[in-house]
Amino acid sequence: MVNYYLRRTARIPLTILAVATLSFGLIRLLPGGPFTQLRVQLLRQGMDAEQVNARIEALQNIRPDAPLWQQYLDYIVGVFQFDLGRSISLNAPVMDVLARALPWTVFLVVTSTVLMFVVGVLIGAVQAYWEGSKFDKLASGGSIFLMSVPYYIFAVLFVFFLGYLWRVFPTGNAVARGVEAGLTVEYVASVLRHAALPILAFAIGGIGSTALNMRGNGIQVLGEEYVEVARLRGLSDGRIATRYVASNAILPMYTGLLLLIGFRLGGTVVLEQIFSYPGLGYYLISAVNANDYPLMMGCFLVITTTLVVAVYVADMTYGLIDPRISAGDSDGY
Amino acid sequence: MATESDSSSEDIDWRAEASSVEMSRRERLEEWYNRMIYEPALVAWSDVRTRLGILILSVYVLMAVMAVFGLWREPSPNQAERFLSPFQNWAYPLGATKSGVDLLALIIDSTPFILLMVLAGGVWATGVAVVVGTVSGYKGGTVDTVITSISDFFMSIPGLPLVIVLAIALSPENPILLGVILTINYWAGLGRSIRSQVLSIREESYVEAARTMGTSTPRIILKDVLPNIMPYVMVNFVLAARYTIFASVGLYFIGVLPYTGQNWGVTLNNAYSQGALFGMDTLYWLLAPILAIVGLAFGLILLSQGMDRIFNPRVRTRLTGESESVEEESSSSTTGMM
Repeated sequence: MVNYYLRRTARIPLTILAVATLSFGLIRLLPGGPFTQLRVQLLRQGMDAEQVNARIEALQNIRPDAPLWQQYLDYIVGVFQFDLGRSISLNAPVMDVLARALPWTVFLVVTSTVLMFVVGVLIGAVQAYWEGSKFDKLASGGSIFLMSVPYYIFAVLFVFFLGYLWRVFPTGNAVARGVEAGLTVEYVASVLRHAALPILAFAIGGIGSTALNMRGNGIQVLGEEYVEVARLRGLSDGRIATRYVASNAILPMYTGLLLLIGFRLGGTVVLEQIFSYPGLGYYLISAVNANDYPLMMGCFLVITTTLVVAVYVADMTYGLIDPRISAGDSDGY
Repeated sequence: MATESDSSSEDIDWRAEASSVEMSRRERLEEWYNRMIYEPALVAWSDVRTRLGILILSVYVLMAVMAVFGLWREPSPNQAERFLSPFQNWAYPLGATKSGVDLLALIIDSTPFILLMVLAGGVWATGVAVVVGTVSGYKGGTVDTVITSISDFFMSIPGLPLVIVLAIALSPENPILLGVILTINYWAGLGRSIRSQVLSIREESYVEAARTMGTSTPRIILKDVLPNIMPYVMVNFVLAARYTIFASVGLYFIGVLPYTGQNWGVTLNNAYSQGALFGMDTLYWLLAPILAIVGLAFGLILLSQGMDRIFNPRVRTRLTGESESVEEESSSSTTGMM
């Protein structure tokens, strides 16, 4: 068991190394090389070649005239020293920009995912318990409909109605301008007001499939013999509902949650763009539009690292929830 | 082939045997058709959701056919009145955009591209996932460890950011290539869940029996394992297709995929950025591409829900209230289906 945790922990740096390698490869793959455009621009401004190289080296932690393996080593060493180069468009270290953006993205993803999960599970559980009832049929139809609407459609409609038309909620930024950061009522209220629409849009998009999953699992568990036995033993309804039905129905969904985190973390790219919310996805797109390769690859790397850590946490807690998980070993044939 | 050969006495024997094999093969084919296509189709058609799903999807196929054969006018600027509201002029049922482009023409024109992309994405994602999942789950040992590590790596890369970076590097303009790129790492997660199902099927007695008899691994995977996970795969094919639509339209919408002609995401983007956002009277411009996207996804999901009902007898029997013996018999074959 301990061995499994050790191995699982050791995999994190390995995964990050692999992703960093991939991102280095992608930089090389990008059309014309990342800095061709910049180099041409600087040379045209009359800067001599050596200065241009020095400038580029400062922007991305790789020396443009070094052999490929040297560049690769420099890049990897830089990544593990938290040095991701300088952003061209924002003229600031990439790490600083991303350190400011990361909390907002995590805030969006975590809050909306928890909201989605709780509401979806509750609806699905009620549906499973009163299977075939009017509520069940209505909620099933609603869930199927919710599943077929992408989250950004909700986002666009929210911005349209609540943002522009009725002006109930702000349509950009994470806090109102001029509000001091800190644990003041004003600041927290402003943060919540700005995050309300993105969180709501992102949560609603996932409720449908969560509810349907929970309904399916719940129905299956309700039909199991041990629930019948528990009833015959005269256990209280509350105990049966939580200890027997809920825990066994939620378990299979927990593994799916791991996958979901990945999709949702990627999904903030579109979401943050619509709400001009200054998270990782927002900077990724602005970097793409500005041809700012250091910032772009930095965003990619940080989003991936966040996902690696999130999945790690989820993996570790899975053992706590499901005692049957035996260190992931299976005898091979 | 056999009828063209010469007529020696031995040959007649051989031919007779060949034809009997052919008969039985045809019978087997017929049986397979009955069991795998005809009967499920009957069940499917009896379910309202599947019926509705098929109807909705046929509308899209019809639209694609119209676009391919040029049965509706090509979208071009100034073909209609600017900001024409929908249902005002029946020559332009959905109205027109700011530059006077027929909205319905825009929607129809994009359909073949989207359908091709969706199909490519679904086939790629589920195809790779099935191969990876069955091999890794059934073989176990080193093969499993290697495959699982690789798919773990791909799972730890968030899809959309990767697609964005790849889209800049490759600027995919072909719908099939685009579909594959959009689902470039979708197979990893699906492969993992298929693997866990194969793990439990591997323990079933009939698979164990086949193994003891010395049946080859590919044969066991094809004959015993695959049919059991097929329902799950079909449902996930639809989900992968849905993901492809959502991802592509989302990325077109924020403008990171290269514009290749028209597309619902591009239409949505144009509506969004050219002022459809600021008043009720231009909302239709935003709603037309939204309806096209949601409609297609709705059709696909209805179909998958209905298919789930066909394939998942446990849910079905509980609903239709069939006898207990049927339920018991069927529940053993779907272990681990959830």
